[in-house]
Amino acid sequence: MTTPAISPTIPRPVVDRRIRRQRVRQRLGRDEILRRALFVLMGVWLYLFLIYPLFRLLIRSLQNKEGAFVGLANYAAYFSSATTSASLRHSLNISILSMVITVSLAFIYAYGLTRMTLPGKRFFRIVAMLPIFVPSLVQALAFIYMFGNNGLFTRIFGLNIGLYGPVGIVMSEVFYAFPHALIILMTALALADARLYEAAESLGASGLRIFFTVTLPAIKYGLMSAAFVVFTLAITDFGAPKVVGGNYDVLATDIYNKVIGQQNFEMGATISTLLLVPAMIAFILDRLVQRRQVAQITAEVKPLAPRKYHPLVQGTVLTFCILIVIFILSIYGIVIVGAFTKYWPYDLSLTLKNFKTFYVAGAQHKSGALHVLGNSIQMATGTAIFGTAIVFISAYLIEKGRGLRWVRSVLYLLSIMPLSIPGMVLGLAYVFTFNDPSSPLNRLYGTMAILVISTIFHYYTVPFLTATTALKQLDPEFEAIGESLNVPFYRTFWRVTVPMTLPAIISIAMYFFLNAMVTLSAIVFLFVPGRELASLAVMLLDDAGESAQAMAMSLLILVTGLAARGFFYLLTRGVERRTQAWTQG
Amino acid sequence: MERSKGTSPEPYLRIIGVTKTFGNLVAVDDFSLDVMEGEFICLLGPSGCGKTTLLRIIAGLEEPNTGKIYQAGREITHLPPRERDFGIVFQSYALFPNLTAAQNIAYGLQSRKLPKEQIAKRVAELLEMVGLPDVGHKYPSQLSGGQQQRIALARALATSPGLLLLDEPLSALDARVRVSLRLEIKRLQRRVGVTTIFVTHDQEEALVMADRIVVMRAGRIEQVGTPEEIYRHPATPFVADFVGVMNFLPGYAGPTPNRVRCGSLEFQCANPHDLAPDTPVMLTIRPEDIRLGVDDLSAPNTTTTRVEEIEFLGSFYRLMLRLDALGDTTRLVAEVSSNRMRDLKIEYKSTLSIHLPPSLLHVYPAEMSGIEARA
Repeated sequence: MTTPAISPTIPRPVVDRRIRRQRVRQRLGRDEILRRALFVLMGVWLYLFLIYPLFRLLIRSLQNKEGAFVGLANYAAYFSSATTSASLRHSLNISILSMVITVSLAFIYAYGLTRMTLPGKRFFRIVAMLPIFVPSLVQALAFIYMFGNNGLFTRIFGLNIGLYGPVGIVMSEVFYAFPHALIILMTALALADARLYEAAESLGASGLRIFFTVTLPAIKYGLMSAAFVVFTLAITDFGAPKVVGGNYDVLATDIYNKVIGQQNFEMGATISTLLLVPAMIAFILDRLVQRRQVAQITAEVKPLAPRKYHPLVQGTVLTFCILIVIFILSIYGIVIVGAFTKYWPYDLSLTLKNFKTFYVAGAQHKSGALHVLGNSIQMATGTAIFGTAIVFISAYLIEKGRGLRWVRSVLYLLSIMPLSIPGMVLGLAYVFTFNDPSSPLNRLYGTMAILVISTIFHYYTVPFLTATTALKQLDPEFEAIGESLNVPFYRTFWRVTVPMTLPAIISIAMYFFLNAMVTLSAIVFLFVPGRELASLAVMLLDDAGESAQAMAMSLLILVTGLAARGFFYLLTRGVERRTQAWTQG
Repeated sequence: MERSKGTSPEPYLRIIGVTKTFGNLVAVDDFSLDVMEGEFICLLGPSGCGKTTLLRIIAGLEEPNTGKIYQAGREITHLPPRERDFGIVFQSYALFPNLTAAQNIAYGLQSRKLPKEQIAKRVAELLEMVGLPDVGHKYPSQLSGGQQQRIALARALATSPGLLLLDEPLSALDARVRVSLRLEIKRLQRRVGVTTIFVTHDQEEALVMADRIVVMRAGRIEQVGTPEEIYRHPATPFVADFVGVMNFLPGYAGPTPNRVRCGSLEFQCANPHDLAPDTPVMLTIRPEDIRLGVDDLSAPNTTTTRVEEIEFLGSFYRLMLRLDALGDTTRLVAEVSSNRMRDLKIEYKSTLSIHLPPSLLHVYPAEMSGIEARA
């Protein structure tokens, strides 16, 4: 036992009554002042490009053409007859149907890939991810080449499936949303706890009974989450209904027609607000479900190894997966063939012409498809760089800040909100905000900057959550250590936080880049002639009947997307190799 | 030793009336303490007693509601962490995984704009000091838990802070490493002479390392004292129960201040209590203080018991003794060396005479103990 070095009877200090009353406020250090300034900046940024535009949109929906307040008259007009309110019904029908079909197909596919011993799993997984790399309207275009009135399938089998309208839209949405649902379901299925299955088997439960009592309950949140995601993607999509929708109006195309076709901005704003409602509901439900799912997977689990099923089951699922892969590949095959063909399906001779001449909105651009692609790459690069920086720094300040709890939770809520805002709605809201000559923000209108900003906000939430998750995995005391050593927080951020989360940062940049390459809905209202983006050009070319050139453009988007994916893959590998020394156990 | 201890009447760290609430929860409740320069203080208490919150308040990582804190004569209550003078080590080590051990130690030195050679020299010195001169180039993931914690300690000491704060630094380590590291930390602290506040819930750690222990409970100080004082003269039943093992015998205050009645027995205690006769009390004694196998059964504080359980713990045995006079729910725990065990021929169910030395008995009023007498 230690010998006491100090006299043991050190009296405790006496507490003055004033001390008990005086509330302590820590003085703001230089770090804290900078931190708060950044919070203010973040607040201004979120207000200016998110809250205020949405507010303008909402106000516009309560005004008539002249800008006078008319209350809910526009909404009343929309719901006045079955014809005027058809788009809402259509949207809901399409989205629910797409949701059911997509989740069913993706579930079987995901089950085969995670729980069964199928050959070529890697190949199946990669092919299923392809739809992420092209705008939704490209698959719709390919469907026209395949199943349209003069489509390949239609001519060979003499069978017209009546593509234009709900059939085509649902097909496109299913195709487009399939990889999104697949990722969620595969994650959910991969988290199974083998011990539960061992227990069920030892108790003599049949395979079917195990499926209903163990498998389904374990993935129910995954299923719900996948359903919400598909629903949201389908109801907010503009590209596919624009191309194959025919006269079947959905909310997104209705907004477009009202605004671009009829210059009826107040009705556009009204329908936008209506579109916001189901998207918001799906978003809120998804957040609630995900919170439960996180709670569920904290326990330690023993992973379940894939197993061999009855040959009949095994064979059926394998055939199913092969059919899906063939379908996906043939759609992209059509895009490739279409891009190099003179006039599908009448003149199938090969040509490079589709890449060279280029018509947009009736005017010929001498520079050709590559120029438009260049615009897109420029926009996507800007989105990736600025988006990643802004989102990551915001997530850092919110996650790693001390105090200001209230401010931080408000900023957090605002940062995850953009997921619930459809691109069309955001785009139109930006029109009201930035195409207003009386506003000082008007200078942004028609610039590349506004395209970049709108795209950043359109895709804000997922990167923000990725960054937050990555930051949560770092030791919460890094910042405290830095402060105790009198090192400014931005230095610790740069020397420790950023290097530690580099893989997440790269994946955020990739997410921004790939989405910026394929986005259409937010920018359809914001582009100005001469600054067309590739996905928009596909739409305009299709509108102009230049489907061969649209195909050429689509192919360029696909190739750029795949190249970017490869680039980011190599980047991640490089980072992983460099960081091997710290991560080895 | 570099400093003169105990001569200066001015405390190095003075904490006055610090209170901190989280919503309705009072984490730290009107806490006051003076810490002398070079002292090694342990904040000891169960989880949730507010000891870590207090440490974070001293560091400036939490803002107290009220109170004042002075360090080296300067009020630091309002200062942000960066303007305070402390080094800190956390349970998780919080070493930067992407920096080598040497870079971790140099982290705080680099921002002082010292010349490179000087930093390198200081880093080598610190690596030497924590006994790891050859691991400078290694990343934390390549070091064992004990090594990581020593690097974390070196990093905290690199800038020669006036105050070292340790937040359960040994809890994440293996038992064996923990025992060796606690001695090493103590030795290092003596050598450097830095005033140290160590937070722990492990009473053994506190007893071994501290100059003074502050036992905390529900945000308040239960007792402050040297390890011996805390162990020998626990101020409250809570301290008695939390530090070491303690027997609690329910009873009533006797007719004189030196007598306590337990069941049909009457005990004498050397330390008089000032309780009115028949006040419910708790009589306490440490297991190792019970004398076993006494011959004179007529002597005061002596009685017979039956051995109900025998636990073999290597160098000693722990016995569970039943006293018929105390009823069915009360048992006494006694400890006895292997030699004595053989000499007394103690066996399961055998009868054993015991003596409770009056000077080692403590009496507390029963309502003061939040704890129930253990069966």
